[in-house]
Amino acid sequence: MKYLKQFGIILLIAFAGEVLHALLPLPIPAGIYGIILLFLCLCTKLLPVSAIKETSVFLIEIMPIMFIPAAVGLMDSWEVVRRALIPYVVITVVTTFIVMAVAGRVVQRITKLRERKEGPGA
Amino acid sequence: MNGFFETSAFFGVFISLLFYGIGMTVKKKLKLAVFNPLLIAIVLTILFLAVTGIDYSVYEKGAKHISFLLTPATICLAVPLYEQLRLLKENLMAVVMGILSGVAASLVSIFLLALMFRLDHGSYVTLLPKSITTAIGIGVSEELGGYVPVTVASIIVTGVTGNMFAEGVCRIFKIHDPVAKGIAIGTSSHAIGTAKAMEMGAVEGAMSSLSIVVSGILTVIGANVFAGFL
Repeated sequence: MKYLKQFGIILLIAFAGEVLHALLPLPIPAGIYGIILLFLCLCTKLLPVSAIKETSVFLIEIMPIMFIPAAVGLMDSWEVVRRALIPYVVITVVTTFIVMAVAGRVVQRITKLRERKEGPGA
Repeated sequence: MNGFFETSAFFGVFISLLFYGIGMTVKKKLKLAVFNPLLIAIVLTILFLAVTGIDYSVYEKGAKHISFLLTPATICLAVPLYEQLRLLKENLMAVVMGILSGVAASLVSIFLLALMFRLDHGSYVTLLPKSITTAIGIGVSEELGGYVPVTVASIIVTGVTGNMFAEGVCRIFKIHDPVAKGIAIGTSSHAIGTAKAMEMGAVEGAMSSLSIVVSGILTVIGANVFAGFL
């Protein structure tokens, strides 16, 4: 019963996300509204973490599997991709590394600056 | 071949799980980033369908039931985020600046590389949303007049690249702080990268989840501006 109830709550939030997606004229998917809604519910203590904990751990754990079908869909867009394969692949891969390095370095730099200002142990 | 499999509701789900399982086993035996379970599952599934001559649409009929869980699973990312709320508050400034600079780096580098490769406007806007979660990326590409299937392909390749090389890139650029690692992974390679961040640790996973949401929304705005540049 515990899992059924937890999954029910998560689906209810997913549904609320779909409603927001339908009502608001923004290109933001239901899942993103859902994260924000659930986050607000948890912060306001409207919903305790224990009400969804086990099911959410399970769903997050199996998440990589959920990307397989969409990725296999590359089969069908292959003809279009092939026409400019090299630029597409180079841009996709290179920019991924650039963004990762920039975002990570910026966070680390700011954290270190702050630590130095506040002194060790602050 | 298609005739029989079209009637099976479980075939697509089964082979996806089977190949992911094989991927996990291979990864355990050979500890190399190239042997990424997700990548192995994708390649094996494509090969399998190509060899047996089964259409993607037939496979997808069963496999779409796995994709059905993607929205509920995405929503669950709020849980680790909430559990790391204190850490987020402590590092708010660094986190916000990190995601902002990551999104800016993405748009600028795509613009410069598109110039270099002399891409046309259509191909350029197709790639602009490549670092954000598929569901938002599709919307951005559509709105700007990109080729949506190519955008989806690029988003997935980005995610898998991030998932495979996150540890290596963090090592090369000396990114050791778990908060920095999480922001780096989520901003560059959305939910597929986040799956790796989750394996690295709770802090990495939570920060990566946060980055999906924030960078996705920032890219919607940024891509509209950058679309006018080429």
